Amino acid sequence: MSSAAGSSVTVPLLEARNVSRTFRVSRGLFKARRTLGAVDGVSLSVQPGEVLGLVGESGCGKTTLARMLLGLLPPSAGEIRIDGRPVGALDRRDVAALIQPVFQDPYSSLNPRKSVGAIIALPLRVQGGCDAATRRARVEEMMERVGLPRTLYDNYPSQLSGGQRQRVAIARALINRPRMVICDEPTSALDVSVQSQILNLLQDLRRDLGLTYLLISHNLAVVEHMATRVAVMYLGRIVEEAETERFFAGPRHPYGEALLASVLTPEPGLGVPETHLGAAYPDPLHMPAGCRFHPRCARVMPHCRTVPPKPIVAEGGFVECHLWDSRMQQGAAA
Amino acid sequence: MSKTCLRHGGRGTGVHGMSERILTVEDLRVALPVPAGTLNAVQGVSFHVDRGETLCIVGESGCGKTLTALAVMDLLPSRAERTAARLELEGSDLTRLSERAMADARGNRMAMIFQEPMTSLNPAYTIGNQLEEALLRHRRVSRRQARERAVYLLDRVGITAAASRLGQYPHQLSGGLRQRVMIAMALMCGPSLILADEPTTALDVTIQAQILHLLAELQRELAMGLVLITHDLGIVARIATRVVVMYAGQVAEIGSAAAVFAHPAHPYTQGLLACIPVPGRTRRGDHLGTIPGLVPSLVGEMQGCHFAGRCPHAVEACRRTEIVLEAGPEADHLVRCIRHEEIARGVAQPVAEAAP
Repeated sequence: MSSAAGSSVTVPLLEARNVSRTFRVSRGLFKARRTLGAVDGVSLSVQPGEVLGLVGESGCGKTTLARMLLGLLPPSAGEIRIDGRPVGALDRRDVAALIQPVFQDPYSSLNPRKSVGAIIALPLRVQGGCDAATRRARVEEMMERVGLPRTLYDNYPSQLSGGQRQRVAIARALINRPRMVICDEPTSALDVSVQSQILNLLQDLRRDLGLTYLLISHNLAVVEHMATRVAVMYLGRIVEEAETERFFAGPRHPYGEALLASVLTPEPGLGVPETHLGAAYPDPLHMPAGCRFHPRCARVMPHCRTVPPKPIVAEGGFVECHLWDSRMQQGAAA
Repeated sequence: MSKTCLRHGGRGTGVHGMSERILTVEDLRVALPVPAGTLNAVQGVSFHVDRGETLCIVGESGCGKTLTALAVMDLLPSRAERTAARLELEGSDLTRLSERAMADARGNRMAMIFQEPMTSLNPAYTIGNQLEEALLRHRRVSRRQARERAVYLLDRVGITAAASRLGQYPHQLSGGLRQRVMIAMALMCGPSLILADEPTTALDVTIQAQILHLLAELQRELAMGLVLITHDLGIVARIATRVVVMYAGQVAEIGSAAAVFAHPAHPYTQGLLACIPVPGRTRRGDHLGTIPGLVPSLVGEMQGCHFAGRCPHAVEACRRTEIVLEAGPEADHLVRCIRHEEIARGVAQPVAEAAP
């Protein structure tokens, strides 16, 4: 596997440049439709061999971003590049050959009327170029690889357990040997004993097939275990990005701090932490002025309410917070 | 002002100081008729909850956690059959209560918080209506008093502008706010016992921490008994006084949180703990522990240890006899495993699956 580190002439496998996506939301029959900015000016890049963990609460735009990266949803603004080429210039099938998704709910992401074999074979048929016998052989090989007994080939999703279904989803994603997999909450719907099996499988597959992952999760313990880099999303923006070790040693953004404080490790006696977030829940339809996090921030300063923070480059990543803006702090102190 | 009516005294055994027993469950069984026979969902579960104590019931889905709670509340589906040697709330025998007396106890002396607040809140009524209803049903109070208490409790559970929320409908609130409303509703009558079934599973991690923080705080302040059902061992470790680990309808292990986490004695508990990544403890990229196989079907009778089919330490004796709870490594610590001492000493070798 080629190393992503070093002087970096490597082309990012996946790159988003200032990508935004807005939706027009109906507010009832006689009210004007409003614009909801689900993703607002996000830039990120994923190098080959990396696992980028994307964390944030529901409604912050993680899934919208994932759908744009998969080419399933065109951005309202900005550009997405896959392997150095703009996604708009690529055929839908070319994108699918490079990047594949694994979704959260293996109960709704598999067609209940197709057999396991047919589900896994579908991407092969779409890409074309191999006959039925080859397809079957490749599907069976992939089933074995993800830990599904071949005897399940003719079974239907309803006959499988949650863990087996997620293995089917993984096999379907990998059958065309993509270079990257976007896993959107791949284990949230599973019991812990099954979750660990799927995480182990994803680790093995990454090592054996040289895969790159974008792992979307709200479970920070899972992200710490899997990811090499962490990006924190809040209300449509990435507010912090850092190497995994650096992030877990001490997040720079107050929201990252709150997220990390919320991880309940199985250590008795520590109690439930106070997150200091208050009860002001984020509403993407009423975006706060200034820093979007300021209504919940425990370390809010006066100018946070009016001036949106700019990304500040920090070791191995960046943070979007006035606390790290030395010029702003000096200004506030003066 | 409203704080005075938060606790209602005088019922049951009254206040006996610190270790007042609120709930006693002994040999609770729940059976459901299914096409293939009888599903023995809960098979002789015993535990108790004292005032001011948080008991966590933990286990994978399908272990009988929720049915145990529903059996205590007498909210089981009508075809389910419930038996118990003892089922007592503050000394009164719940199995002998008439339907009407049970309805009086429910919501009043004990209340339940469900996983998905949207399914337990009525979308057609305002928050205020539903909160006030809880008190008006059980107490002789005026609507104004009920409203005052609703505002007080909404404020107490951290909902801002509480008075203006009363006119809102459930769909106008976020998931976290709805769960706070559910907690406020459960507290309306000042119950002695709260049963919370996965109250934070549908919520984001930061909101989860806030809700659990709130529950723990209220439970201490109001000296209630709290039964919290969860599959998340992290939550258990942080909030439980005592822990019940359930597996396939039975108690696999029960003890204080300190005992169960310091010396997990049942291979199932050990397996669950090995499955979860812990920042700073599990190394990145290392394999996590797994529990192979699935929870067995509970239809019909089962022989031997329920966990034997998935247990790395299972031997022939585990499959032959019924395994009972025996004294574990710590005080007040029970474990349903005949080999737990050998396993703790490290003598027990993982046994290759002996073919029957």
